[in-house]
Amino acid sequence: MSNTNRAVEKLQGKYDSAILDVKQDRGDWIVTVKKEYLVDVLTFLKQECKFDMLTDVTALDYLDKAEDRFVMVYQLTSVPFKDRLRIKAPVAEADVTIDSATQVYASANWLEREVYDLFGIIFKKHPDLRRILMTPDWEGHPLRKDYPLQGPGREPYKGRLS
Amino acid sequence: MGVNQPLGGNVTVTSLDKLVNWVRKSSIWPMTFGLACCAIEMMATGASHNDLDRFGIIFRASPRQADCIIIAGTVTKKMLPVIKNVYEQMPEPKWVVAMGACACSGGIFDTYSVVQGIDEALPVDVYIPGCPPRPEALLFGLMKLQDKIMQESNSFGSVFGLGDRVSTV
Repeated sequence: MSNTNRAVEKLQGKYDSAILDVKQDRGDWIVTVKKEYLVDVLTFLKQECKFDMLTDVTALDYLDKAEDRFVMVYQLTSVPFKDRLRIKAPVAEADVTIDSATQVYASANWLEREVYDLFGIIFKKHPDLRRILMTPDWEGHPLRKDYPLQGPGREPYKGRLS
Repeated sequence: MGVNQPLGGNVTVTSLDKLVNWVRKSSIWPMTFGLACCAIEMMATGASHNDLDRFGIIFRASPRQADCIIIAGTVTKKMLPVIKNVYEQMPEPKWVVAMGACACSGGIFDTYSVVQGIDEALPVDVYIPGCPPRPEALLFGLMKLQDKIMQESNSFGSVFGLGDRVSTV
């Protein structure tokens, strides 16, 4: 397994001020960037590093465990180089917005709708931001850690005790 | 006996309610509607080994031809309006069978997206426990439904507006 990645090095050369963290875990390269630079970074990776496919968009909720509550996760695949890269971007609860990746990758459309539906992260400039899994009149965002697992009106889930 | 078979041997005397009940219980036509793994067991019950056809139970592909709906599986909150829509399109008289733990009570899915029992929305006649119930259990449940239909009163009169059909069970 190599200790360097050509795309990560190119990215560090171009957007060093935007990168918060670079690490390698079980052979996967993970780059954390500031959310303001996300679209620029994705555009660069798609155009200059041949990451031509966005395989998944999801989010994490670090309620009371991190300074910024949410982290956006973008899984990129480069078909010609047979390479994968994970881009993360922290999103604070005070401003739960991030620029939509749909202007770079069309496949982000429904994936970002899912994240909006289940985590309540607002995607700026998304062409059609509405719920995709839950019913349109649903209240709340079920995958947030403070959402009661058994539904609105129930107590917070306490494992086997509930 | 006083009456010495004046009508011949191939005539029987009964009440109209009983006759209507007998016709209804002998031709329960369930809606073809499966939701989860219970539907697989329901299909197995309809197939040749257990053969629901011998009870006159024939699955119909349209709610307008059906008089029974077997809720076979987990009912999500997103699916509930669809089930209600299908149920409301079925003509009277109609019966509801809740098949399996999920349809009866939500089962293992005590979670925000799942309806905790179809009886929150539809009037259930027979509950069949099991996860999923074996074909024998579904057969037994449908036979219980037949028993229930046989014990209904005013089935004949209610057809042309003389009061409501009354279930005595």
